[in-house]
Formats: sequence, structure tokens, C-alpha cells
Amino acid sequence: MSVGAPLAHDSAAGHVLGSARYIDDLPVPAGTLHLAFGLSTIAHGTITRMDLSAVRAAPGVVAVLVAADLPYANDVAAAAADEPLLATGVVHYLGQPVFLVIAESHLAARRAARLGQIDYAELPAILTIDQALAAGSRYEGGPVVWSNGDADTAIAGAAHLIEGQFETGAQEHFYLEGQVALALPAEAGMVVHSSSQHPTEIQHKVAAALGYPFHAVRVEVRRMGGGFGGKESQGNALAVACAVAAKVSGRACKMRYDRDDDMTITGKRHDFRIHYRAGFDAEGRILGVEFVHHVRCGWSQDLSLPVADRAMLHADNAYFIPAMRIESHRLRTHTQSATAFRGFGGPQGMAGIERVMEHAAHHLGIDALELRRRNFYTDAGGPSAPPRPPEDISLKQCTHYGQPVVDFELGALVGELEKSADYAARKQEIASWNSTNRTLKRGIALTPVKFGISFTLTHLNQAGALVQVYSDGSVGLSHGGTEMGQGLHRKIGQVAAAAFGIGIDAVRVEATDTGKVPNTSATAASSGADMNGMAVKLACDTIRGRIAAHIAGVADVDLQEVHFEGGQVFTGERAFSFAEAVASAYQARISLSATGFYATPDLAWDRKAGRGRPFYYFAYGAAVSEVVIDTLSGENRILRTDILHDVGASLNPAIDIGQIEGGYVQGAGWLTTEELVWNDAGRLLTHAPSTYKIPAASDRPRLFNVALWPGRNREATIHRSKAVGEPPLMLALSVHQALGAACAACGPNWPGLAAPATPEAVLAAVMRARGA
Amino acid sequence: MQITFLLNGETTQYTLTDASVTLLDWLREDRGLTGSKEACREGDCGACTVMLSDATGSRAINACITLMAQMHGKALRTVEGIGSSAAPHPVQQALIETHGSQCGFCTPGIAVALATAHLNGEHDHDAALAGNLCRCTGYAPIIRAADAAAGQPVPDYMHEDAAKLAETASAQISSGGRGGAESPPAYLPANADELAAWLLAHPSSTLVAGGTDLGLAVTKALKPLDKAVFLHRCADLQHITTNADEIRIGAGASIAQLLRAMAKPHPAFAALLKRFASPQIRAMATLGGNIANGSPIADAPPVLIALGARVHLRRGDARREVALEDFYLGYRKQDRAPDEFIEAITIAAHAPNLRAYKLSKRFDQDISTLCAAFNLSLKAGRVTSARVAFGGMAAVPARARKLETALIGQRLDDIAEAALAPSLAEDFSPISDLRGSATYRIQAAENLVIRYARDLAGEAVSVLEVAS
Repeated sequence: MSVGAPLAHDSAAGHVLGSARYIDDLPVPAGTLHLAFGLSTIAHGTITRMDLSAVRAAPGVVAVLVAADLPYANDVAAAAADEPLLATGVVHYLGQPVFLVIAESHLAARRAARLGQIDYAELPAILTIDQALAAGSRYEGGPVVWSNGDADTAIAGAAHLIEGQFETGAQEHFYLEGQVALALPAEAGMVVHSSSQHPTEIQHKVAAALGYPFHAVRVEVRRMGGGFGGKESQGNALAVACAVAAKVSGRACKMRYDRDDDMTITGKRHDFRIHYRAGFDAEGRILGVEFVHHVRCGWSQDLSLPVADRAMLHADNAYFIPAMRIESHRLRTHTQSATAFRGFGGPQGMAGIERVMEHAAHHLGIDALELRRRNFYTDAGGPSAPPRPPEDISLKQCTHYGQPVVDFELGALVGELEKSADYAARKQEIASWNSTNRTLKRGIALTPVKFGISFTLTHLNQAGALVQVYSDGSVGLSHGGTEMGQGLHRKIGQVAAAAFGIGIDAVRVEATDTGKVPNTSATAASSGADMNGMAVKLACDTIRGRIAAHIAGVADVDLQEVHFEGGQVFTGERAFSFAEAVASAYQARISLSATGFYATPDLAWDRKAGRGRPFYYFAYGAAVSEVVIDTLSGENRILRTDILHDVGASLNPAIDIGQIEGGYVQGAGWLTTEELVWNDAGRLLTHAPSTYKIPAASDRPRLFNVALWPGRNREATIHRSKAVGEPPLMLALSVHQALGAACAACGPNWPGLAAPATPEAVLAAVMRARGA
Repeated sequence: MQITFLLNGETTQYTLTDASVTLLDWLREDRGLTGSKEACREGDCGACTVMLSDATGSRAINACITLMAQMHGKALRTVEGIGSSAAPHPVQQALIETHGSQCGFCTPGIAVALATAHLNGEHDHDAALAGNLCRCTGYAPIIRAADAAAGQPVPDYMHEDAAKLAETASAQISSGGRGGAESPPAYLPANADELAAWLLAHPSSTLVAGGTDLGLAVTKALKPLDKAVFLHRCADLQHITTNADEIRIGAGASIAQLLRAMAKPHPAFAALLKRFASPQIRAMATLGGNIANGSPIADAPPVLIALGARVHLRRGDARREVALEDFYLGYRKQDRAPDEFIEAITIAAHAPNLRAYKLSKRFDQDISTLCAAFNLSLKAGRVTSARVAFGGMAAVPARARKLETALIGQRLDDIAEAALAPSLAEDFSPISDLRGSATYRIQAAENLVIRYARDLAGEAVSVLEVAS
């Protein structure tokens, strides 16, 4: 059985040998042209004059396009048609594409793009949250407010009140492969290779830009060199630019951003300012919370609304909160348009309630883990227990948006992790160590994760597949998901291999192709394996059923006696090799290809009211992180991490553990070394790895123990597995909390550690703890 | 100019017509060797890592900021040359088995970096990978792969480059020529005398030592490299020699070479150099380049100044020397004539109380927010002399002279309590920038004085010393 086996990534050999091809590695037709954008150099202003004569005269330049030259739609927006490919009179952020250079080489295009002479009449630039609030610069008119119970009264009547504010920083995706696209003119159409998580959106945007129906545009994605949400919408501009240039020139066109351009042009994780007010009883039970989320969305709407929604949806994390009010301000600023990033608002929302727990534990003098536990939802009971019917669920099991939590695992999971990580004894040992070390201090923290799985835009929860069994018994399949490193194709291949009872090597997962599977959703929201796996399984089951019926007839047995296993088809006494069975079915003129389609059931979500069931189920996990800080410089290190994470019945434990380790370290980067800095003119100063620091090898925890919770999904997901892409990122909140604990060990006061916890931020928190 | 080198074991010739062509562009675009990736084009991510060998050994370098002229007389292996699908290199096989790749884009560079460390018998995998970023895996499975491969034998072909190069060298590798009209666009002098003569005649030349910063002018500023003189063939500029009082470091010595040489005499300097950029950069970058580049946040100068470094300059046959702190005249401005070059740097051979501290957002492969070096002498528990230098606190690396004066006569035990802040504030008014605020720089600088005192007293002061 291939499902559940720790098989290597389907491109592992190609990766290590350097033979796996990314778009910039593809051999291109002779005469291929290369593109680069000329970028705005101010954050906000009207273009008064544009002199591109030097650009046009530069060596190797074939053509230069501005907005007026675009024949059809000038729009690359993900959601709101508010994002032109090329600026139309006004620029809205520093780095916005204004003109497009088409040249004989990548370097010629880049060189020429710097020669544009653009004059602007500058307009006031709104860069910060405060500036946006003052100017009333926002999306959706006003804040979105969700209330559950009367938080204000609950807080007012509470024995203990805490209040505070903090910010979570933006984060650059830093996919190693930058944005890239290649367009090849076809007969009355266009073929586009795009490094995109959302080939269907690329197809739609390209079609609109060329005046084509969707069927005239075929988009192919073999693999991405990392995505993390940064290629959900941010690849549109390159693909459209290439397609337009290819149509104009009749030649293949390729565009890739240099890293500095990539970071300057594309959106990042939303930075949030979160204000909180919370009331607790004397035992540390939370009675009510009020959150205000200020979300810096950037110059266009992009995916900001669902991101901000998801932050609100994760404001409870693992805790039952009797009364909650959340006010979410989605602010329009003259900066890059913040976009999807692994967790999609969830990390920010969760950071808010975990900050409340940290602050309350400090205020009440209760162990932070104990305080958390007292506020957990109630366990559903036993890892394999069936779902509890909603009528059995008391109100104490409902989230602030009214979804009953029927699969809660964290009571047992955290208990197990506490034991395996030796949390209590280590916490004590650390306290004693700290008392004898004045320069260095250690800290430890355990934080839980409960992450909702499904697109909150309900109609996106659908997936399709096309499975083709060839007459030699080999299987080729296509599905709507894209491979960005997460091992999706391998997991899906395992699903197909299991369905046919054949070895994984007999299954090939093709490049994602809008011509094979139409109308796909983005590979996002951790949903890739859940939805596409199910669609593939349904298609495989259809074909298997046809083969089984045929073989039952050949062998003259009941259909129930036919089964597929170990590369063979068994029919009671006779056995056929899978290839023989397939060849026989072919001879009998039986269709060996089928589509599969899956729509996630049972979702009902009223976004405006903030009520309903947006999520099919929740994924759970918890992490214990131990850190050390230097109280003189703020330098810090993760010493040890223990993680127990719930992936249901794993489709591939090696790939799942890889997602957990990688997600955790990426989250730790967000909360420690990764700091994006803009200057007062709106220029991003940290636009390359020389200035923007993602974790390096030595930043990973010295000791790193990751285990999978031995559960199965209570819902009927693909082989009872759970999604794993995003949830582990939030396990890194334990790093920040451990750093906070180390700072708190320096003095009696609330340290209020900022994020990201750079050495500078840690030193400031140490001084606050000391009251200095 | 004809460039000759070994590429994956094969003798390869390249006609250099543009000194600005990078190795990575040539590999990917001219040779179709697309295994090496471009992800930053500034030597900061390692996706383009390739292995360079010559008589001095093999090391990983960044192809993206290496210029073709620097290949002359060397042997190069790309990811395509360290293993094949039929016979993958042990680190490649291990990476498959430990699930060490996810998106795979950083993987070829990581495979080459690990294969190079494997060849050299290095077992500190974090150190070997300090210049290779991975955004997917969190590194854990990559380190498992490195551990798993450590016991496997080195494939023969990995050893063979140096020997083959020696054979090829006499027959096919020219001196690089004298430049000028016969063989533009680069000049590759074979020794310091040739360089001195060339510079007198062509004072506006650009000197390319390791090219790890100059490469950025080409790849990022898109400035063509004009009148370039490549120094890597000047073996006589690469010696490090020690006498009773002094260590003389040839300006062309690489940082990697310096790191090895400092391990015994100045372990604190060596420890700092371990955090100097990455292995790939240290393999190419030279000490002379680090100094002549003149960055206020260069890692080596504060320590060198604390060690009383003197810069030995040469112009034709005329030589002079100047204290390093006086060599820096202002932001990116030095006391060097256009036709003059740095021949060597001398530093004290003994400094038992030398300590150096670098603060940055990330430990590895980052640029200092600030850097401090302390070299104090003590007699009967009191400070008798002090050389203290900082980087990142002013427009140039500089001595903290007021602080030095304030330290004289202090008891080490009291330093932590001493009111040193006013002296530092007189010495420096740092700026706020993307790496840190002025407030942090001043506060941390004060605290580093305290750290120094505690460090000398034997107290644990580094988070790197602590285990769970």
C-alpha cells in the first residue's frame, strides 16, 4: 500500500542532480525575447511626463510598452480589478511597474528599464497604519466587526484585566526561485509556462489581456521553486506581460524578476497592529476579549479581505472564549500590495490570543501552559473517536463564529507533548539556571495550534482530476494542484497507486495544465492534497470499477471478488498482472480514462455576519521551544524544539514531517530575524538576502524532535489524512513566547517583546523587564 | 583574451571579450548547464554554488558574482559534475534518502556545498552551509543527509581536478597575457611586480581581488567592468608569514586562508572570521579587498585595528606603510593613490586578551549592525593599555579613543560597573539604518564593554556556548 509510506519527493533525484527544470531552465525557441519592468521611483504621484527615448534607444531593445499600448484589459488583480499591469497616470507605490521593456536579452531589458525618465507630481503617500487611519484610507468603507456575546461587559466584570498592543511584522516569501513566466505564441492562442500556484487565474488574466476566450490560453506549471502563497497572485503580472509581448512580437517571451525587483514589486505577509483587552477570573479563565486588528494591506486589495477574515477566524486559537469582539481595519497604503503567505492571516490572529495568554500568565503569576490548558476547548475524546453530533456539543465548544469544535485534540496532544518534551522539569531547571547566570537567560514555552481547513470563500473548495491508464498499465494523471515543493504530486501519486494497487513507479503525475483540468482553485489554504487527492481517487475508482467489471466477466466471478493489490488484479482463483488486466480491458474497448471531481461537503459560511461553518475540520499541533538570550546584546538562539502535530492518518509521513520542520523554521524566521524595513519615502530598504535575513542552517533548533500525533481525521477526507501546509508555521509562536519568557526572567515587569524579536527588540524587552 | 580552465573535468577554453560576464550566466546561458540556479545574484543565497579547485585545494564559491576571468587556470565542478543519475554523489544520494529537498531550487547549490565539504573532510555542516539558504525544509533533513554521507568515500573524480589541472597547466594555460591591445579586456598579472608596473601605466584600472563586492557592481548596479586587473594569479601576494612579533598577511590572502592562519595566534579573530559572510565568499574574498573596499561595516578592520594593523602600500617600486585607522579618511575614502595598491597588512603576533564581537540580525552570512574588538593589557588587575575599535558606529571603522583612555587604570572587575557610556558617546554618534537604530548601537556598544570584562573573567557570555 503506497498510502502512508514515507516515499521520497517525486522529483528528488532531479533536484539533487540539478536536472529538474524550472521555467528559466527550459530550452527556449530561437529569437525568444526577454522582458523587464520600468518601476516607479516614488510611492504616490501623478505621472506628468514620461520620456522613454533612452529606453527605446538602448542596445537590444525591441519595443517598449506603456499602459496605452495594451490592446485589451490592463488588469492583473486577483480580486478587485484594481491592479493594472502598467500604471495608468498615477503610481500607487514605489516599485509599481510603469512601462515594459522587450529586449533581446534579460540583461539588455534590465539595463534599459533603468533609463526611463519619468516626472511626477507627488501626492501625499500613506505608508503607515497611523497615516492610513488618519486619512481614512481603507478597504470596505469601515472596519469589519464580529461580536459573540458581550465582551465589554464580560471584561468589565472580570477580576483581572489586561490590555496591550503589539505588532507582527511583514514577511517576505523568499521563494528561492523568483517570479518567472514564459509565453509561447500558438495558433490563435497562447501557451504560458508560469511559476504560479494558480494557473487558472493566470489563464483568465492572460485571456483578458489578449482578448481571447479562456480556451485559447493554456497554462502549464511543472513545478515552482517555492511558493508559500507568494505565487498565488503575484505571478499574474509576468505572465500577462509575456503573453502581451509574445502576441505583439510573434516571438516567445520570457520574464523573470531579479531578486531586488521581485522584493520591491511583489506583496508580502500583512503586517498587523493588534490591540487587545481581556478579562480573566482569579483562576485564569478567560471571560472576554476585545481585539482590534489594524491590517496594512498595501495599494491594491489583492487577497487582503480573506486574509484579514482568517486572522479574525483564528483569534480564538485553541481557547473557548465566552465573549469576543473583533474589529478589523483593512487599511490601504502606498506600499506593495500585501498578499497570501502561508497561514493567510491565521498566524497574525493566533499571535494575538497567544499574546493575551502570555500577558495574562505574567499578570496572574500562573504558569503559562497551565493557564492555556484551563482555557482549552474540550477534547473530542480519543484520537479515533467518531465525530460528535453537533447537538451533543455544549456552547463551550463553539467558536466565536459559531462553528462547533467537534474534533478537538489538544488536551491529550499537549499532555503527551508535555511529557515527551519533559516540559515541567526543564522549566524548573531553566529557572534555576537563570538564577545563576546574569548575562545569559533561557526561556521555554509551549504553544498550541488549531487551524481551520477550507477556503473561506466556499466556492473555491472544489477540485478536478484527469486520470489516464495506458494500455501498458502505466498511469498518467493530472489534477488541479500545483507542485511548489510540498510533495503534493508524490502524495497524489500515492493515492492513485493505492487505488489501482500498483507501485508508485507506474504512476506519473503530469505538469499542472489548464488544458487537462479546468477551472481549478489556487493551490492554497493547505487544501492541495485534501481536495485534489479526493478528485484523483474518485477518477481512479471509476476506472478501476470499469476494469474490475471487465475482469469479473473474463474470469467469470462476482464483481466483489475482484481486488487490486501488489500490481495484480485478483479474481478468486485467477490473478492478472495489472498490465494484463488493462490490456484486456483495452481490447474489450473499455474507456481507461476518467475525470474526478470533488467539492468539500458541509460548508456554510456567512462572511458578513461572521457566522457559520467555514471550515471542514481543524488541524492541531503543539510545540515546545527553548531559547537562550544574551541580555547584553539581545542575541538569541533556539536550543531545542519538540513538536507533536496532527496530520490525521498521514498520506506520507516523511513529507508531512518535512512540512512541519520547514513550516516551523519559516515561522521562527518571521518572528525573529526577518525584518522588512521601509524608509519614510516608502522605499523598501530590505530587498535582497544581503539585507533581509531568513533563517540559515545554524538557526534551526539545535535539538529538533518532530513527531506525528497518531490520529485519523474524523471527517471523511482522503484516507482520513489532514492538511499540513500551513498549520505548522504557527508552531513557531512558541519561539517568540520562549524569548518572552527569557526576557521576563530579567526583571519583574512585563517585557512586551516585539515581533520580529531581533536582537534589538530582545534587548529593549530585557530593559523593560528590568524597569530600565 | 583566451581563458582556459577545467569544467567538470574537461579542458575548456573561452574567449573573453567582456570582463563583466559572470560565471553563472555563462554556465546557464552559453553552456546550458542550468543545474546551478540564480536566486539572488549577489552571493547571499548559495543557489549557484559551484566548486573551484586549484593547487591550494577545493572550495565552494558563488558562480553568480564570479567573473569569467577569475576562472583562468582553475578547475570548476558544477552540480552536473559532482554526480550523475547512474552514480549520484554520496551527498546527492543521502539528500534523496533523508528528504533533503522540497522545492529543489536551492538543492543543487546545497549538494555542491556539501560535496565540497565532504571532499575536504569537514564535519561542521552548519558552517559548510552558512552560505546556502533553503526556504522549505528548515534544514534538518539536509543536515541529516550531510551526516549520513560523512562516512561514505569520496568519489575518485572529486580528487582528480587538481592533478589534472597541474598537467593541463604547463601545456595549455597561458600566463593570461599582458593585456592591452593584444588581449583585452582584462589583465591578469602573474605577480606583484607585474601589477605594480601595470598600475603605474594604467592608474585608472579597477582591481579585482576576490570580486565578492565588485561583482555586485556588475550584477546589481549593472555597471560594466572597465579596465579590470584580476589579482588572483599573484601568488606572491597571498602568503601569510609570522615572526616573533608580527604576522604579515599578503593582501591577496583569502579570508578562508586567514581564518585558518588565525586559529592558533588569535582564536578570537578566527571566531569572528567564521562569521565573515559565508564559506563561498571567504573562499574568494581577500583581506586586501576587505580593507581597500573601505566599508564602515567590514568585519575584519575593527579587529585589525585592535591588533595595531599597519597597511603596506606599494606604488611602482616605492613602498610606504600607514596605520590602518589612519588609512580610512572618510566614508568609502582611503589614503591610497590610484596607482598604488595594498601589498600586505601586518598585525601583532600576540594579543592574549583580544576579543571580538559581531552583532547582526542573523548569526551566519549577515552584515554587522556593529562590531567591536578589544585588545587590552593588564598588570596587577588594572588596565595598562587599550586598543578598542568599532565597526558600524561611524562612517569608517574607528578606534574608540575616549573609551580607551577611560579604560586605562581601571580594574577589570570594575569595568562592568564603570561609567563608560559618556566616553562612548563622545567617540561615536552612530546612525539609524535598516540594521539597527542609533539607540541600539550605542546601548549595545556599551554592553559589549561589559561583555568583554565578563568574558575575560571566564563568564559565559555567548548564546552559542549554551546547550539545552
